[in-house]
Amino acid sequence: MSDISVKPDLAIAMRGVTKIFGPDPEGALALLRAGKSKTEVQAETNHVVGLDNVSLDIAAGQIFVVMGLSGSGKSTLIRHVNRLIEPTAGEILVHGDDVLKMSLDQLRTYRRTKVAMVFQKFGLLPHRSVIDNVAYGLEVRGVGRKERLETAAKWIETVGLAGYEHSRTRQLSGGQQQRVGLARALSMDSDIILMDEAFSALDPLIRSGMQDQLITLQKSLNKTILFITHDFDEALKIGDRIAVLKDGALQQEGKPEDIVLRPANEHIEEFVREVNKARAIHVRSIMERGATEPCEQSVSMDARCEDVLPLFAEHQWVGVVDGEGQQIGRVTAKQVIKALARHTPGVG
Amino acid sequence: MFPQLIDTRPWRRAVDDGLNWVVRHWGGTFEAAAHPLLMLLKAIEDLLIATPWWLIIAVLTGIAWLATRRWPLPAVVFAALMFLGIMDLWKDAMTTMALMITATLAAILVSIPVGVWMSRSLRIRQIFAPILDLMQTLPSFVYLIPTVMIFGPGKIPAVIATIVYAAPPLVRLTDLGLRSVDPAVLEASRAFGTNPRQRLFGVQIPLALPTILAGINQTTMMALSMVVIASMIGAGGLGYQVLQGIGRLEVSRGLFAGLGIVALAIIFDRITQAFGRQLQARIGMQEAR
Ligand SMILES: Nc1ncnc2c1ncn2[C@@H]1O[C@H](COP(=O)(O)OP(=O)(O)OP(=O)(O)O)[C@@H](O)[C@H]1O
Ligand SMILES: [Mg+2]
Repeated sequence: MSDISVKPDLAIAMRGVTKIFGPDPEGALALLRAGKSKTEVQAETNHVVGLDNVSLDIAAGQIFVVMGLSGSGKSTLIRHVNRLIEPTAGEILVHGDDVLKMSLDQLRTYRRTKVAMVFQKFGLLPHRSVIDNVAYGLEVRGVGRKERLETAAKWIETVGLAGYEHSRTRQLSGGQQQRVGLARALSMDSDIILMDEAFSALDPLIRSGMQDQLITLQKSLNKTILFITHDFDEALKIGDRIAVLKDGALQQEGKPEDIVLRPANEHIEEFVREVNKARAIHVRSIMERGATEPCEQSVSMDARCEDVLPLFAEHQWVGVVDGEGQQIGRVTAKQVIKALARHTPGVG
Repeated sequence: MFPQLIDTRPWRRAVDDGLNWVVRHWGGTFEAAAHPLLMLLKAIEDLLIATPWWLIIAVLTGIAWLATRRWPLPAVVFAALMFLGIMDLWKDAMTTMALMITATLAAILVSIPVGVWMSRSLRIRQIFAPILDLMQTLPSFVYLIPTVMIFGPGKIPAVIATIVYAAPPLVRLTDLGLRSVDPAVLEASRAFGTNPRQRLFGVQIPLALPTILAGINQTTMMALSMVVIASMIGAGGLGYQVLQGIGRLEVSRGLFAGLGIVALAIIFDRITQAFGRQLQARIGMQEAR
């Protein structure tokens, strides 16, 4: 695996990353390479396969979502990016630098400046106030007190916790604590943000608001966000690309539509069955390309099926326009219905 | 009778001769090494004895108030100190208090670094755990005699014996406290690029502080329980009164001096515990998980 050629706009590249938990990972690795499954390796050697030969290319400036059921290895994967976990095999490149070859000092500098992380279990410091928690990363980086508290206060406000600056973290609800963790990572202003189920403890309303905020934030600051979730709807809403993990192995990686329209296997189909496909599918991916007669009604190319469905009550077809208002294609009700119905069991 | 398998007399002789040799050749060095301890003890004792009684009562009662912000504990502390004064035990109590404070300070100085060291390495823990067991279970007279031989009777061997007896719980609880820090918190700290020193002082020690304080509490209590034995080799204080009471069959003297030790124990136990609770409440551990 000496393929270090990395496209310049690639933020994170994982090459054949395998992680086996246990005292003798090499032995279990040999079994895994010989084609045994996670369950078989576990039964034979009592070693847990956390990740199984995962390769991912995560382009800079996008929200990349990793999806999977509980125990599929999502948290294990995200911890490899800032090397909280050492892989058993494989390579991890971040902006072209080999994370695994960094010395301890380089690794600390990398963690202080390049990546920030939001933890599934929050990981807040219970002996510090909310604002000191949010400022923690900046403090470690060596930012002066006044400046870091100002930044922290700004982000506390953004995540909707104004007024709680001087509370202790244990006095907050789970959702509030999660937002403290979020503010702590965002205040680092790092190029890469790792978010491990960062919205899982939030109520639906705040959650939806935070998702919108994250999308806006990503657009305005052009961050690379690696986002872990077990909620497919969330993945479809915020993800530029989605990867699905099962038993530590990558099942499929692609644009949200690819996954909804062309699920690679039964496991992913099961996910897709539950999801609101009208929200997942963009009109641009099913439209008829090319110029047509001028339309009475048009939608933007970023619109999703659920946005155009009501329009069909009045119109035979709807035009699709690009950012400049130029018509680039059209969709009909029939196309939309076909896309939504395609992979429904018993029909497709 | 168990048959004599080997002749152990040469071993005993070797141990005795070895000790004598150490006393002869190293006695001065040991004494010089322990000198700072003696200075500390003297300073604390002189200070406590020179301070007017009402000031000491005011300070300790004030500390008790700070530790709880309610009146029962200050009242208990006040009553205990008044008892010591009224029973004509004040000066002896100050001597005993000085011994206890010195031993506790020295124990903190030694135990916390050792506890930190133990918490970081399984090997070190495996080495120290039996030593700590030994220190706690070996009858104190066993090491009292060699210490007296090396340092001569007086306050130094008394302080050293007290430290040996009282330090282990603090080492153990420091180790335990540091190891039971939530790994999720430590991991988050690591993810932000902290080095081990920043994690130790910024995360582990603050979060382990309630447990460490419980260790300090135990150390003070064990130090107080050593005072009678310590006074046998010249520590003076309340323990000496107890000894004299026993020697002269004066039950009252022994009883009141004994109650004086209890009064000191109550004062220091309750105050350190109250501070521990306060700390715990601040970290919010009470409703934890
Ligand atoms: N430190 C560890 N030691 C041993 N096994 C581990 C360790 N960490 C994770 N695992 C195992 O690796 C697998 C993946 O765990 P991981 O935490 O990555 O799952 P996850 O996808 O994040 O799940 P969840 O959605 O519940 O958070 C699990 O089978 C788990 O038991
Ligand atoms: Mg997880």
